Amino acid sequence: MSAVDTTLTPAVVRPVPAVYADSARVRLARGFQHGGWFVAPFLALFALFVLLPIGRGLWLSFTDANISGVGERFVGLDNYREALDDPLMWDSLGHSAYFTFLVVPCIVLLAFVLAVLAHHIERAKWLWRLCFFAPFLLPSTVAANLWQWLFNPGTGMINHVFGLETPWLTQKSTAMIAIVITTLWWTVGFSFLLFLAALQNIPRHLYEAAALDGANAWHRMVHITLPMLRNITGLVVTLQILASLQVFDQAVVMQDFGPGPEESTRTFVQFTLEEGFTAYRVGYASAISIIFFLIIAVVALGRMWLLRKREEGAR
Amino acid sequence: MTAVSQISPRVRRRGPRKKWTPGQIVLTAIGVLVSGVFTAPFVWAVFTSLKSETEAVAVPTHWVPQEWTIQAWQAIFETGNITNWFVNSVVVSVCVTFVVVLVGALAGYGFARTGFRGKNALLGLVMAGLMVSPAVLGVPLFTTVQSMGVVDTYWGMILPQCAPAAMVYILYKFFQGIPKELEEAAFIDGAGRWRVFFTIVLPLSRPPLAAVGIFTFIASWNNFLWPYMVTNNPDLMTMPNGIATVMNSYGIQWAQLMAGGLVAGLPLIIVFVFFQRQIVSGVAHTGLAGQ
Repeated sequence: MSAVDTTLTPAVVRPVPAVYADSARVRLARGFQHGGWFVAPFLALFALFVLLPIGRGLWLSFTDANISGVGERFVGLDNYREALDDPLMWDSLGHSAYFTFLVVPCIVLLAFVLAVLAHHIERAKWLWRLCFFAPFLLPSTVAANLWQWLFNPGTGMINHVFGLETPWLTQKSTAMIAIVITTLWWTVGFSFLLFLAALQNIPRHLYEAAALDGANAWHRMVHITLPMLRNITGLVVTLQILASLQVFDQAVVMQDFGPGPEESTRTFVQFTLEEGFTAYRVGYASAISIIFFLIIAVVALGRMWLLRKREEGAR
Repeated sequence: MTAVSQISPRVRRRGPRKKWTPGQIVLTAIGVLVSGVFTAPFVWAVFTSLKSETEAVAVPTHWVPQEWTIQAWQAIFETGNITNWFVNSVVVSVCVTFVVVLVGALAGYGFARTGFRGKNALLGLVMAGLMVSPAVLGVPLFTTVQSMGVVDTYWGMILPQCAPAAMVYILYKFFQGIPKELEEAAFIDGAGRWRVFFTIVLPLSRPPLAAVGIFTFIASWNNFLWPYMVTNNPDLMTMPNGIATVMNSYGIQWAQLMAGGLVAGLPLIIVFVFFQRQIVSGVAHTGLAGQ
């Protein structure tokens, strides 16, 4: 028997399982039970690839750093001052905002209609879900290339089917619209699934009770379905706003990595990357990124604030 | 939201046969029409990929190839790096998914069920991390990765995708809902935390872990922006990246581009056909967790 057992005195008899008895190895194992060990791997990655870039971006935004990563000089608020005076920044912010303004209402409405459709058709449910959701499984660049080809003025299918001769991607008035249509087709499936899940969670007895009271389909939609979908709609709207402000892939691929006709489709992300990787102005690009981060944070926090207010109102 | 699992392809069947009411006829007709619009681009891509390059750009445009040919498909596999890209995509997505599920589950459990100093502050930090993505902080993230010396490597592509706060948050919410009694019984029997985690908690958590895994895999397979930033080496590119940058760079060959796009897109869609229920609930679950 080891010494541990012979030294048992009332002081060391603790109501702990036997495995916790003291020995160097077991003490080590017990230290390993600390909750910190569970979160440590994630926190390490999180610190390296989220916190560090934020801190670094914040520091770089006050310098004139270039891509080489050497010889940066502190320049104070110069980058921010320049950014706020930079028409290119405002233009690209405007393009991303315009894109968001077009996409969000369309996608929410379309996703809702598709979900109601898929929910109410009784046959071949899997088929509707497959058709509406499948585009979401494509890589953005594939979806963008596909629609670039469909929008091709001479040989594309869209002009052919509708008998048009619109140069969709090369004129300012339609370039962004084409990107919006592509985005709708490509991403509506995600919101569609969220609405569908929410629809299936509405208790059936609500509809049965309403039907007994003589409510027709329209009344059931307006007085049961829509109110029950209020939360999910708020969620979809927020997620879509956040995603749409960060639009990049479709826009650059459909415009062959250029800024579009009359520079009308240069998005905010594209502008940041151009400043950082093409103009090599890492300091300036970081300042713009920080501004962008603040905009995203305001949207996200705005949603949380609205939710909390509603909860308080409900009490 | 846990009731998401209710979505199932097998719909409640009441009665032996469903009736064709006028309402159902109209709805189904609309459904067929809309589905047609949604699938038309896929059909167009398949047909284009089976035309010769000259026929693909021939005017007037037509849907069905007049002369069926697999030239484009042969060409992409013979001349391009497409097999490389495919392998890279598989390696990156599998690694990212594995790390995210493992690390995310540990962290979610740690935050939900263990107590340690500074836990709430850390949790708040993680929540703040929900707002950061390569699109928002791309340039600083790149310079960080650059200073680690892993630009143009698998590490550089994989690791920055492995810290998604959202997934930790989803699993954290789930673990909070597991009854404490299940664990306590095991603690009394003398099991340590790790043992409890691996033998009791994880087996109970298959649905949310699958949801997180599926969602992560889709996102990683389709991720364009980060691989685009971090690698210029055609041998290291993933499918979305290679198709967008290399295949687009020297005069677009539409038939080949469509064939390449199908190679990149079809695997997930085929998987979806077979695992529809799991994927639908996975995506809906992760999405709804934001509520």
